[in-house]
Parts: sequence; structure tokens; C-alpha cells
Amino acid sequence: MSSTKYILGLFADPDEMMHGIDTLQKNSVPIYDVYTPMPIHGIEKKLGIKDSRLGYAAFMFGCLGGTTIFSMAYYMLVQDWPMNIGGKPAFAIPDFVPITFEWTVLFTAFGMTLTFFYATHLFPGRTPRVMDLRATDDRFVIAIDAQGNIPHEDITNLLKEAGAVEVKHNDRKYVSYE
Amino acid sequence: MASHSESIIREPLITGKDITYAQITNDVLRPVENMPGKAWWIGFSVASLGACLWVFAVSYTFWYGIGSWGLNKTVGWAWDITGFVWWVGIGHAGTLISAILLLFRQNWRNSINRSAEAMTIFAVICAATYVVSHMGRPWLAYWPLPLPNQFGSIWVNFNSPLVWDVFAISTYFSVSLVFWYTGLLPDLATIRDRATGIRRKIYSVLSFGWTGSVKTWQRFETVCLILAGISTPLVLSVHTIVSMDFATSLEPGWHTTIFPPYFVAGAIFSGFAMVQTLLLVTRKVLGLENYITMFHIEAMNKIILLTGSIVGVAYLTEFFIAYYSGGEYEQYTFLNRFIGPYWWAGCMMYGCNVLMTQLMWFKKIRTNIPISWVLSIVVNIGMWFERFVIIVISLHRDFVPSSWAMFYPTWIDVSVFVGSIGLFFTMFLLFIRVLPSIAMAEVKLILKSSSEQAKLKLIKSGHLEGEQVEFYEESLTKFDSVDITDYKKA
Repeated sequence: MSSTKYILGLFADPDEMMHGIDTLQKNSVPIYDVYTPMPIHGIEKKLGIKDSRLGYAAFMFGCLGGTTIFSMAYYMLVQDWPMNIGGKPAFAIPDFVPITFEWTVLFTAFGMTLTFFYATHLFPGRTPRVMDLRATDDRFVIAIDAQGNIPHEDITNLLKEAGAVEVKHNDRKYVSYE
Repeated sequence: MASHSESIIREPLITGKDITYAQITNDVLRPVENMPGKAWWIGFSVASLGACLWVFAVSYTFWYGIGSWGLNKTVGWAWDITGFVWWVGIGHAGTLISAILLLFRQNWRNSINRSAEAMTIFAVICAATYVVSHMGRPWLAYWPLPLPNQFGSIWVNFNSPLVWDVFAISTYFSVSLVFWYTGLLPDLATIRDRATGIRRKIYSVLSFGWTGSVKTWQRFETVCLILAGISTPLVLSVHTIVSMDFATSLEPGWHTTIFPPYFVAGAIFSGFAMVQTLLLVTRKVLGLENYITMFHIEAMNKIILLTGSIVGVAYLTEFFIAYYSGGEYEQYTFLNRFIGPYWWAGCMMYGCNVLMTQLMWFKKIRTNIPISWVLSIVVNIGMWFERFVIIVISLHRDFVPSSWAMFYPTWIDVSVFVGSIGLFFTMFLLFIRVLPSIAMAEVKLILKSSSEQAKLKLIKSGHLEGEQVEFYEESLTKFDSVDITDYKKA
């Protein structure tokens, strides 16, 4: 058995890479993942990746932020220490709108972004799990798990036919580890 | 999809022949991966001298107190709040470009959003320093926060615009920072994967382990879109609330309901002017003419013209309402802008902001780089005077003539302001040295659809209407980075 762990098809053009995905799928070769230097629209649909649910998270965080600051303002200015300002009502809802809005935005932004980092395992100091160093520069990389996907030559040929400028047979999954 | 070809009558957003994805990376990262040139060092030396002056002047203020400024009992707010509002206003363009233009699908934002956002963050830092130094006792800076305390727990007053301002500015700063940094991750990963040794380690930490897999990009785009959606009302709220610091007072010249839209338009106006000031130099020094093209310059000039005209309408409205209100204090305040001892400040405000920007109606001026650059500085001077006029001229002669006074800045006032400009440029120059000044991933996104070479290919394919091609070639003549003779041959 060969020591190849992953087969990488490197494309120079996003459209050719999309063509490569089609070719592989037509031949029932499962794709492990695709790495691109920029977002490619339509690729999620081809790979059957579900829509991101971050929008729901964002909405919930926004509700949390608005509720938090509104409750705080209510407790502080109405419940705990109501002030008599010219006989006006202590529970001045319109005055609470700006801060409620600001914290809604604040919680949405931080909550959503941190959820994104958590779900995608992004944090400062995380070892980059990069399969090909040019995937963040000018190469559109289709990665195929080599185990169980044989013969490798057929996959290589399929990728080359689809327009891959280079096909790599990597013995290690990630090239970024020292 | 990337292969979608755009209508030929749209001007190209990336010029130059043979631009490839690798070429974009190389061009954008040249200043990051190489030692800086002479121009950078000269700029950095001057700017950091300014930053040192700022450190000195602010320390002096902390040591000796607010008495070191030229404030008196009549003019209790002057250069400090002028500088604060000026910087916050400048800090509006970045988020406007990255958020509002993203929602409007304006692809030209892709090559200017990164540096504009960075500029936003630095401008808001400069503004925040004014808030802290203005307190006089900066160690009590936590007082506007709603924290339990030992004064019986007396809480902050959420009815006060000053407290709203604390919330607005801090939210704006932190959300802008998150937006900017999240957008930087893919580009930091690009630097990481090209670097070696210690630089690779540093950028590895900074890039959070970004890989560019499908799921990452999908979530990234969702995050950017939602951040843009929430930042759009946020950016409008910030200057609205800043204006309410004035508008909710009883001071003639301040308590007008037009202030929120008027301040927001002014903020966008001055912000774009500052982006123009910085980018016209940056594109030349860093050789980014192919990415920040004449189209971008002209588009920004059009926004400056639009917002400048909105500001002009707001000025006229203010005068009319002062007349129409019949309030004699209100009327005097506005007359005093022209016939009082500060008439020259009033002239600077109206002249620089309204009269000078009207020159932008002429295409020759909009597409002339030196004139655009000078005008962008004129706008920034005018917008500084706008805040000075609103703040100092309104205060220095109000209800009681016996307390009328003039304001004379001390050298500390001047040093804090000049120093804050130095601080701003120091941060910006460091930024273009260590981080990519153009969002590479986003520029790569439009290479296949909106670049000059893609359009040239379309023309050569010969399926286009001659009239449209002629229109397109005509529009290219203004570009300084396009060799028009290529088209004559084709």
C-alpha cells in the first residue's frame, strides 16, 4: 500500500477548480475539503455543505445584549435609585433606546464573531493546518483523502484532465507542522 | 461565480496587463515583506516626532490639570472637544466603506476598505485620548461606566447623551476592530504561508490558524455580511449621539434638531477626505496604482461632493431656522459667525466645506490627483473649523454679555492637537508596514470580472456592441494607470 495520505489537485483558476469538483463527483470520488485564497460562491452547494447558522446565533446574542442593558437601566434608574429630574418619570423608555441599541450591536458583533472562531477552531496561536502553502496565495486546492480512494493514478488523471496545474501525493496531511 | 463577466460599460476596478492572483499578492505584500523605502522613513520620523509631542502634551495636561489649556469660565469646551469630534468624524469613513458599500454591493470598496478601516480605528483612538485627557483626572475614567460603587450605589444617568456617547464610541471602536481584524485573518494567513522563521511564527499567532477551507469561508462571509448589517446603523448612531451632546443643551447654535443628520453627513464628508489624503499618497509610494485606480479616486470625490453638498444644505437650513424661529439669541449666534471677532473662522468653515467642494462638479478637477489631494486637505481643515465654530463661537458670546470672552489656545492645546495628528500618522505608517494595506482576498475576488484585462479580452472576442466599447475606451482616458494606445491598436 502506498504511503500517500492525501491527494491534492492544485488549480490556478477558480472555474477550472469548479470543473474539477464536478469531474471528481461524476466519478464518485469523495472530496475531503477545498482550500481557496478567496471565497468561491456556489462551492458549498456542490459539496453539499449546509448553510451557516451563525445568523441565528447573531440574532440571539443581539436579543441578549438589548435585554441585558435595558434591564440594567431599569434596575438602576427605576428600581434601585429613582431620581426626580423635574418631576419627569424615572422609567423614561425613549432615553433607554440609544444604549439598548448600542449593546444589541455590541453583543451581536462579539457573540457572533466569537461563535465563528469557536466553531471554526480559530484562536491566536492555533497551529495552522495547511495542506498546501499556496492555497492562501494563488492556488485553488482540492484535497482528496487517499485512503480507500484507489487507484491514485485515476484520480491524478481526472484532476489533470479537469485542468489542475499540479497534482501532489502528500505523505503528511499537513505541511505546516515543523 | 468568478467567471461572471461584467457589462463592458462599467469601468475597470483593477488595471494593468497580466495581473494574476500571485501578482496581486506580490504587489500588496511588497511593503510588508521588504525593508521600507526612504519616503516611509522620512514620514515615520516626522510622524513619530509628532507622537512624542502628543505624549508630552498629554502628560503635561495630566500633571498640571486642565488649567494648562486655554479654557475660561465662558468657553469651557474648546479645542479638546473640537479635536474629539473632528477625529470621531474622520473615523466614520472606514466603517461606511466596509459596511454600507458592502450592503450596496459596491465592488470598488474591495481595494480601499482595509486601509480605510485601519484609519477608522486610529482616528477613534485619537478621539478617545481626548475624552480621557479632558477628564482631568484620568484615573477616574471608569466613572461613566454603570458599575456598583460606594456612593450609595448612585448609578450613571442613562438619560444623559454623554453616557450614550460612552456607549456609542466604545461600541463603535470595538465593533470596528472586530470587523477589521476578522477581515484581516485570510490576508494574515497569506503572509504566514509565505514567511519563514520568526515572522512565520508571529503571523501564525496573528492569523488564528486560518486555512481557507470551504466551511471557513462560508462562515466568514456570513460574519462579514451580518457585521456590515449591524455596523451600518451603528455608524449612523455614533455621530447622531455625538451631535446630541450638543443638541440636547439649551445653548443657542447647539440646540437644533437638524444636528444628527447634519453631523453624520459631515462625518462621512471628513472621513472620505481623510481616506483620500492618505490613499493618494499611499498608492503612489507603495506602487498600488493598479488597485486604487482613478475610478476609486473619482468615486470618493463624488461622495465628498455629495456629502459636502448635504452639509451645505444643512448650513443654509440652520441659518433659515435661526431667522424663522424669531429667537434673538439664536439669530445673534448665527450673525456672530460672520460679524463677530471670529468671522475668519466662520469664513474658513463655509468657504472650505461648501465653496471649495463645489469644484468637484468638474470632472477635470475630480480626476486630477494633485488638486484632489489639496482639496481633501482643505475639507479636513474646513471640518475642523466647523466644529470650532459650532463649539467656541456659540459659547463665547451667549445670553449674558458681561461674561462674553474670547478663547486663546495655549501651546499645550496646540501640542495635543498637532501631536494627535502625529500619533495618527505613526499608527497608519506602522500599519502599512506590517499588515496588508489592501484586502487581497477581496481584490482577487473581482479580478476575473472587473479587471481591465478581463474587459480587454471581452473586447477582443468581438461580440460586443461597438458603441459600448467606444464608451468604455473613452472612460479609460482618465486613468493614469492605463496605456490607452493599446486600445487604439485593438
